[in-house]
Parts: sequence; C-alpha cells; structure tokens
Amino acid sequence: MELILFLSVGAVAILGAVGVVALRNAVHSALSLITNMVALAVLFLMLNAQFVAIVQIIVYAGAVMVLFLFVIMLLGEKAQEGRERLPGQRVFAAVLGVLLLTEIIYVAQSNLLPGLPGKATTEMVAQGGNVQLVGRLLLSDYVFPFELTSVLLLVAIVGAVVLAKRKL
Amino acid sequence: MAEALVIILVKCGAILVGLLTGFAYMTWVERKVVARIQVRYGPNRVGPFGLMQPVADGLKLLFKEDIMPAQADRLTYILAPAVSLITALMAFAVITIGPAVNLFGREVTLNLADVNVGVLYVLAMASMGVYGIILGGWSTNNKYSFLGGLRSAAQVISYELSLGLSLVGVLLITGSLRPLDIVQAQGGYWLGFIPRWFVFLQPVGAALFMVCAIADVNRAPFDLPEADTELVAGYHTDYSSIKFALFFMAEYVNMITMSALTVTLFFGGWQGPVLPPAIWFSAKVLIFLFCFVWLRATLPRLRYDQLMGLGWKVLLPLALANVFVTALAIVLKEMYF
Repeated sequence: MELILFLSVGAVAILGAVGVVALRNAVHSALSLITNMVALAVLFLMLNAQFVAIVQIIVYAGAVMVLFLFVIMLLGEKAQEGRERLPGQRVFAAVLGVLLLTEIIYVAQSNLLPGLPGKATTEMVAQGGNVQLVGRLLLSDYVFPFELTSVLLLVAIVGAVVLAKRKL
Repeated sequence: MAEALVIILVKCGAILVGLLTGFAYMTWVERKVVARIQVRYGPNRVGPFGLMQPVADGLKLLFKEDIMPAQADRLTYILAPAVSLITALMAFAVITIGPAVNLFGREVTLNLADVNVGVLYVLAMASMGVYGIILGGWSTNNKYSFLGGLRSAAQVISYELSLGLSLVGVLLITGSLRPLDIVQAQGGYWLGFIPRWFVFLQPVGAALFMVCAIADVNRAPFDLPEADTELVAGYHTDYSSIKFALFFMAEYVNMITMSALTVTLFFGGWQGPVLPPAIWFSAKVLIFLFCFVWLRATLPRLRYDQLMGLGWKVLLPLALANVFVTALAIVLKEMYF
C-alpha cells in the first residue's frame, strides 16, 4: 500500500519537475512546479512530518508560487519569447545536470552520508505532537540558526524596499 | 479495514451532500436577505417562499450552453473552476462538528480527518484555492478577467498573513492545532454564566480573523476580484453554464468553511446547553453566514489601494501586536500564578 502510494506520488513529483522545463508556456511551467511541490508535501506526510507538509503547501505551493504567477502574468508571455540569451546554455546545462546526477547517485550508494538519526523518535512525535516538537526544537536546540535566519530575512526585506523605492 | 473504509466513504458523502445543499440554500438565503434589506421581496415565485428557486437555478445553469472563448487557454480554462471547488470541499475535511459519538457500537468522530495540524490544513487549502481564481482570470484572455485574477493574487498574499497570525493567539492558549482540542478548551463557564469562549480572551484576534476571512473568500466589501462596477464580473466574466456554477459553489462552500472555522476557534464550537452538539454548531455557523450576507448588503466595496493599505498597515501590525501580547500574558501567567 505504502509502496504504491510512494511510487505514484513520486511519479507525479517527477512529471511535475519535468514539466517545469519542458512546457513552452511560462504559466504552465509554474503550474507544474506547483504540482511538484504538492507532491513533495504528500511525501512529507508519508514520512509522518505533517507540519513540514502543511508548511510546504502554505509557503511554497501557496505564497511563493502565487507571487511567481503574479510576476509571470504581469510581464506577459511576449516578454519570455525570443532567442536564448546565453549561447550554448543547453549543452552546458546538460553537462552540469549529468554531473550532478552521478554525484547524487554516488553519494546515495556510498556510505559518505550515513544520515544521522535525529533526537526526536517516533514515540516522541506520537506523544508530544508534531508541531509542538518542531516548535520546542526550534526555540531550544536550534535557536541560534533560527534567529540568524530571521536576520537574513530582515536584510532581504530592507534590500527589497531600498530597490523598489530609490528615493525614500 | 473494510469497515473503516466504509465509514470514510459515508463521511465523504455526508460532507458533499451537506455542503452542496448548504450552498444551494445559501444562495436562496442571500437573495432573500439582501432583498429584504433593500425593501424588496426577493425570489417568491418558485415553490413556497421561493424555496425551490435554487433547484430552478441549478437546472438552468446545468442545461445552459457551455461557451469557451476562442482565444482561451483550454487546459487552464477547464482546470480553474475545478481547482476552486475541489480545494473548497477539501478544506472542510478537518472541521469537527461535534465530539465523537457511538454509532452501532463503534466510536465515530464527527470529522473526516482528525489531523494534528488541522487548523493549518484549512489555511493551506484556502491558499491553494486562490489558484482557481488566478487561472480563471488568466486563461480566458480577457482584460477584465485578467485584472480580477491579478487583484485576487495580491489580495490573498496580503490577507493570508494576517489571517494566519490572528489565530496564533488561540493556538498559544490551547497549545494544539486540532479542532477537537481547541473546542474542548472552551468548555465551561466563567462566573457560572459567561461561556469560556476564546472570543472573550482574544477579542482582537477574533475581529482580525473575521475581517481576513471575508477577504479570503472574496466577499463584499473585499470582493475586488469580481468588482462588477469596474471589471464586468472579474475573473469569471467569460465563464458560463456549469463552469460558472462551480466558481459560485466554491465561494459559498468557502463561506461555510470559514464560518465553521470561526465558530471552532472563537465561539466554543459545538458547546452549548440542552440541545445536541451538532445543532449548536450548525446554529452558530448559520449566524456567521447571515453576517456574511448582512455585510454584503450594507458595506460599499473598498478601493484597491484602500484594501492594500488596510491589510498591510492596519491588520498586519495589529495581528503581530496581538501575538506579542498573548505570548507575554501566557509567560507572565506561568511565572507568577
């Protein structure tokens, strides 16, 4: 049962990812990216990570992609047509892609990254609740990276405001 | 296994029938109430009190010719109304209309899925539902529809933040995202007669949530995506027949879900004296549905820049302040009491 679900969701995710690059229309590409993200959320759900799954949908498939679509639609389709800016980028991309794929396969098969088991066990998740556990970890063990991320986001916001409003 | 499957299917069927009947009669209630507020009669020809009007409307929409604009993007044109309705129906899955009941010697929960992240799930479905409107606006290749779609995108981004933040206060108090836990935390009375509803503990959160919920379902005074005075009919200008009906259904189903969520979060869910839980829940939901209609008949539509200003400069700071004050109060309470 789980295997069938995993295979079908995985197939949807891969099809979505292929669609992003293969489809001609930029809006269709964005749509297949949304499909891909929702499929990833289902994969998270199957790993018992409900919070991550929902956040994946709200933040990526929801907010980020709405902004993407907004920009694509505002620019219109005509802006994206025409010749490729970088000559030979397809060859370059294909070579890099093959390299990256072999790298991933190599690392996945070797024992270079054994996958460290986290502190939270399945029992802890079942007992304390998924969201509660993530929240506790974020504000205790990982509080420093958490705060650093917020500073990073603040910098991005300030940067965006400065770029958008040259004279304040 | 087979028994569990049957229960799930029955629940799915009940939700579908319930929501779609609710939709049909909400259109009747809306026309009737708006008419009364404007000193008119409203539908009163088909059946007693015009009660068969939804059936007549439904049949009319079903048998009308389905028109597709020549320049439309076929795939997204067909997909958009479906996306709207499917996400609207899916959102209701976690709404809990009562405590678990014993049916035929079996414990049955009165919701489809009892998930750990229940409330967030409704928000996730609401944020996916906007794609129906955006795509509907874009696919028809019509300036008015397109503007409606773009407005909807901007509106959703602005109001979703405040919507999410406004209910954080409740979540901080209960420490859970499950609708069941949230409602149970509101049981009992203060001083013997004031129900322990979160609306009394979180008045700002409740007010913000209701305002943002109206914006989220694109209802007046936040119905800019379909502002008929400027955009003909907004994103569904070029939709006809059953596809138009699907958009229409999605809007009303979203209204029902948002009312149910408001009741769950702030008005004690199914809790109430004497009457059975499901009756209390439905009665409370009906009151909020009436408010949706009442607001539409009373308030003028906001202008686009006013809408953005309200969202970012008033609602968002208020929601953040509410989260801060609630968190502070909880910490102080734990330290000193």
